[in-house]
Amino acid sequence: MDFFAPVINGFGVVLEPTNLLYCLIGVVIGMLIGVLPGLGPAATIAILLPLTYGVEPVTAIIMLAGIFYGAQYGGTITSVLLRLPGEASSVVTVFDGYALARQGKAGTALGIAALGSFFGGTVAIIGLTLLAPVVAGFALDFGPPEYTALAMLGILLVATVSNGSKLKSIIAASLGLLLATVGRDTFTGESRFTFDNLSLADGLDFVPIAMGIFGLGEILYNLEERHNKVQAPAKVANVWPSRKDLKESSGAIGRGSLLGFFLGILPGGGATIASLAAYAMEKKRSKTPERFGRGAVEGVAAPESANNAAATSSFIPLLTLGIPANATMAIIFGALLIQGVTPGPQLVQNDPELFWGVVNSMYIGNILLLIMSIPLVGVFVKILRVRAAILAPITVLITVIGVYTINNSIFDIWLVIVFGVLGYLMKKFGFEPGPLVLAFVLGSLLEENLRRSLLLFGGDPAGFAGRPISSVLLLVFVAVMLLPLLQKAFKKTRATAPAATARHDEKERV
Amino acid sequence: MISPSHEALTPGGSPKEAAAAGSGSPLEVPAAVEPLTAEQLAAEWDEERPPHAGVLANVGAAVAAAALGAAGLAMSLAMGLGTPEKPEPGMWPFLVSLVMVVMSVALLLFGRKKLDAEAFSSSSWLVVAGVGTLVGFVAVVGIAGFEIPSLLLTFIWLRFLGKETWRMSILLSFIVTAAFYVIFVVALSVPIPHLF
Repeated sequence: MDFFAPVINGFGVVLEPTNLLYCLIGVVIGMLIGVLPGLGPAATIAILLPLTYGVEPVTAIIMLAGIFYGAQYGGTITSVLLRLPGEASSVVTVFDGYALARQGKAGTALGIAALGSFFGGTVAIIGLTLLAPVVAGFALDFGPPEYTALAMLGILLVATVSNGSKLKSIIAASLGLLLATVGRDTFTGESRFTFDNLSLADGLDFVPIAMGIFGLGEILYNLEERHNKVQAPAKVANVWPSRKDLKESSGAIGRGSLLGFFLGILPGGGATIASLAAYAMEKKRSKTPERFGRGAVEGVAAPESANNAAATSSFIPLLTLGIPANATMAIIFGALLIQGVTPGPQLVQNDPELFWGVVNSMYIGNILLLIMSIPLVGVFVKILRVRAAILAPITVLITVIGVYTINNSIFDIWLVIVFGVLGYLMKKFGFEPGPLVLAFVLGSLLEENLRRSLLLFGGDPAGFAGRPISSVLLLVFVAVMLLPLLQKAFKKTRATAPAATARHDEKERV
Repeated sequence: MISPSHEALTPGGSPKEAAAAGSGSPLEVPAAVEPLTAEQLAAEWDEERPPHAGVLANVGAAVAAAALGAAGLAMSLAMGLGTPEKPEPGMWPFLVSLVMVVMSVALLLFGRKKLDAEAFSSSSWLVVAGVGTLVGFVAVVGIAGFEIPSLLLTFIWLRFLGKETWRMSILLSFIVTAAFYVIFVVALSVPIPHLF
């Protein structure tokens, strides 16, 4: 029972009425902003960060969990109704989801997606509950060298797994690392890259950068390229899936959830790969594969269960190792840091109430999402019918006023604008913003641990190879670096073999 | 300034007509639902994407990134590198800048042919105008409070960036500003500079 006692205690915290209320608000607002065309989960959470600021830590985290799930589902709604995936992981949902919507069965698609997301999320949280303490216990022995290697590997994986050019992603990541050095050097106290500006003396804050690059950058990008080419249907009926639909998709939901859970633990594009793999698996298993792409319910159920399961299980590396696995997790990481929560192996031991509060708030967020999404679908459809031209200035004002409220600082608004322009330009020039934000978040951790390790090794970098875990991690790091080159060589030798991989050039809308 | 494409693409006519018809009019479901395979959809997305910017954009991006990295190198050197066992503040930024320069040069040499940059179009001016309004907003918000800048920003975004009607723009910008006032000042009493 020892293991479950803190879990149950955590539920006590989460189920307090105020916390439930904040979670509910989080889910609803997350969905509201998440359905705005072009704004994916990362952008949604970034824009809503100020909301969680003045609130108590546990409550804020519970609200964040609500926002997270709401934003995820918001992306599903736009995939089905507008053919606009909020992020890469819901691209496959479009195939059958939009086909169903065109047959007037958008309600079925959204209902099955909500059920599948709920099931996938729940499976993953149960897995997280069981697995996280084990991983955290293992990671307790990690010292600075292990963390150095882990952080480097994490950044590299996110940079190379992302959709864009790998070189550009690594350039973006190094820019993020450079931005993280602005301010006082923690070891010597000397100022770096501050240009004698007082506002820069304490370094750059995470929130204006995330809000600028993900939030404003995305809004500016959409300003140029309006996405309202597809009109949302006026009414979505029959959200409750019929018995036949349930029967058809229950297997897909189960398989998708499991697949998503395991793929989500991997850093990088876990959720994206999971949704693609789940879709492909269902199509292969199906007796009537020709239905896929023409409105097969399983074609919505499988990827939606998988991507929600994967999005949830990517909390495992974040909460147990303190390493965010993707851009959305990087934002959550930053938000937790603001709340004074440092995700990492010590969290389970030192602050079990908080840790289980985080985990259990995910259960609640997930349940609330299921309860809210079905009755609220009509509301979201109405929002989707409001023209983007009207929504754009409102989101912009929310962003600039929101960021001001955090520190009452006009300088922060300037930062949002600067990074908004940077985010827009990066998108135009084909640079992924995700690696930059992730590297920024991990920057100071990486530098600190690198310098500590070097102190430990007396300045000899070969010391990394002398410790089993760090040497393995670094070997993986080198392998990931060399993989593209090897692939190229491999392709050249077998140039005649047909390229079997389907290309998804659709840009990730973060 | 706006490319004509996004005015006429909604199935129910132009956005203005759709608005006039009211949100209650049910959109007709196309009678024949032609299949939409993954490949067709991908092709359609490819078509919808703005034209790529060509090799020069990548060269420019690589040069800009390399210059940024070089500046980082120079400034890190000025901070002092130290030795691995006793690093000075410049050591880590130096390493990072070095990676940035190397990767930028690699992009210049090997990656410039990948056409993943988007060309700027005439509607890119909308973004410039949008950023301009934001700069104006921040410049005066400290002195004049947030109400008038918000009103103007919303109005400009609606009327000129969004091509809404005059009446709609005026009406909505007042409503939006009032709503923000009620939420931020009255309800949440956020200490944002305000006039009233």
